[in-house]
Amino acid sequence: MDRILYGDNQFFGVNHVSDEKSRAQMMKFKEDKTILKTIDIAIEEGVNTFMCTTHDRISNICDLIRQNQGNYTNLKIYPCMPYAHKYANAVTELGIVGTLKEYVPGNFFGSLFKGGLAFVSKDYMSMMELLIDAEMKMFKGIETPVIFIQNVLTDLIMGLGMKDVLKSYHEYIIKKYNAEPGYITMNMPMLLNMLESVGIKNPIICSSINIDGFRMSGGKALYEQTLKTKQVRAIAMQVLSGGATPVKQAIEYVCSLPNVESILFGASSRGNIHETVSLIRRFDEQKLVSK
Amino acid sequence: MTRVALIGAGKMGISHLAILGAHPEVQIVGVADTSKIVTDVLGKYSSFECFADYEKMLEKTKPEAVFVAAPTKYHGTIVKELLQKGIHVFVEKPFCLNVNEGAELVQLAKLKGVVTQVGYHNKFIGTFEEAKKLIDSGALGDIQHFIGEAYGPVVVRKKQETWRSKPEEGGGCLLDYASHVIDLLNYLVAPIDKVHGALLKSIYSGNVEDAVYALLETNNKLSGVLSVNWSDETYRKMSTTVTVIGDKGKLIVDATEMKIYFKDANCPQLYTKGWNVKHINDFAEEVNFYLRGEEYSAQIDYFIAAIQGKAVNNKNTFESAWLTDSVIDKIKKTKN
Repeated sequence: MDRILYGDNQFFGVNHVSDEKSRAQMMKFKEDKTILKTIDIAIEEGVNTFMCTTHDRISNICDLIRQNQGNYTNLKIYPCMPYAHKYANAVTELGIVGTLKEYVPGNFFGSLFKGGLAFVSKDYMSMMELLIDAEMKMFKGIETPVIFIQNVLTDLIMGLGMKDVLKSYHEYIIKKYNAEPGYITMNMPMLLNMLESVGIKNPIICSSINIDGFRMSGGKALYEQTLKTKQVRAIAMQVLSGGATPVKQAIEYVCSLPNVESILFGASSRGNIHETVSLIRRFDEQKLVSK
Repeated sequence: MTRVALIGAGKMGISHLAILGAHPEVQIVGVADTSKIVTDVLGKYSSFECFADYEKMLEKTKPEAVFVAAPTKYHGTIVKELLQKGIHVFVEKPFCLNVNEGAELVQLAKLKGVVTQVGYHNKFIGTFEEAKKLIDSGALGDIQHFIGEAYGPVVVRKKQETWRSKPEEGGGCLLDYASHVIDLLNYLVAPIDKVHGALLKSIYSGNVEDAVYALLETNNKLSGVLSVNWSDETYRKMSTTVTVIGDKGKLIVDATEMKIYFKDANCPQLYTKGWNVKHINDFAEEVNFYLRGEEYSAQIDYFIAAIQGKAVNNKNTFESAWLTDSVIDKIKKTKN
């Protein structure tokens, strides 16, 4: 994985510390071309991986990328699925079964209900595979070397203790997409234990890692201990923890941690993109020199 | 260890179940749901014992505490049965569809001395908690007026009907969305006891309202406005905001941000004259397991701690949720 990954929260009004800022961002990025232009700025800064949700609008961005393939020869996309609010709002409105009927492609679900549940119940995993395929469709022809499950789903599955579902996901991503499975979580140490318990070694896990200990469930000390002592390819997100600590200090902290292979960040202006990228490079170089 | 069971594994039930599943002080003894697909999947991939009939589950598993996340119309019957058995109860919001039924449950819970809680999770969000402290300390001076708002994209086009589109089953924006705002206003400002006018408007739904607008008055004569709409697709998810205007300042708070304006320098420590903006990361308390927001874990931690005698059971009690139900009832009776 590249050291620096560019995220997409800012494009879709995902802001964990301000609803107001989130609305302002939705207005700013109303046009798909504005999103693409901002991705272009990140590429100019030397960032070649775009990590994004399977939001409907990403599908348009992928079309634009395919149409201008020459400009994006080095660009890789790390899809994160699913775009959870789509399903969450659907569940509130339609219930769980109604949502599955709406989103599982083809007449798979229709036949499932027609035939009764019992004899097809072994097919829940194929239902998951169909949902993954549906979400992955938009990335056709684009390099997607790592494919993630979003934290709300990872953590839900983990809380329910459904280890085998994680294992099936893992195997399917490798088999079908020849890609590496990744996990986004708000509970990194707990997830790592669970993945290890089903034989998944040295997994790619993306989680909040920041100097303020924000959204680091179980505590910052436990995260630091896990990074120091266990085998994990960590991606740090929310490194600025939503803006509480000065940028320089926040990035210096994350760069100093062992086993943090990549840093994911989102920014919407040229100035902020440049500042974050330069700081990561600077602290990485200092680390090398001091070794 | 507290032995816990769940009745109703829909959206909220599953979310509670995952948090309970990761809770070090909880042993999940059973899950009851009438949906075959839900119990089938849980039975197959989780370690929880599943039941189609909750009464059989209670009989067999003898839980100390039960989470009730079944459709609202069943709350009354199920909760009564649990209380009679002396079981601690966490029930999803809104509490009951019928205020008389709710009042009976409040009394029964008192009589039985069990721990009760209703899932109004906003009270466990750091920004709202800070707002509560500031308002209670009198930092805003005499309060003149308040505004409670919530908007979100639940029903943004005409679609098929579920129990959420049936008023008699607890569907609609008033019970689902506005209840959160009313409960929060009761908590932050003062209990609302009069409704001077209300509009319940259908936008896309055939049988229920998609928006609620009302003029409110609290028991200490403060006036306020309620504006709630779940058919607003300009919001990515539900967003709840409370504004409180006093003679010393003004406060605007949502789940992520708290903005407070003080007219003069005589204001609480860490605040200054003029606008002060604080974010959730200034207040959020760390939880052991995170799913969808600290508040969902925090409210469950609190419920379990109260059962184990480690916390006082005075937040989101049946009594406070019943007050919210009674405002909902007044809005229904006043609607134009």
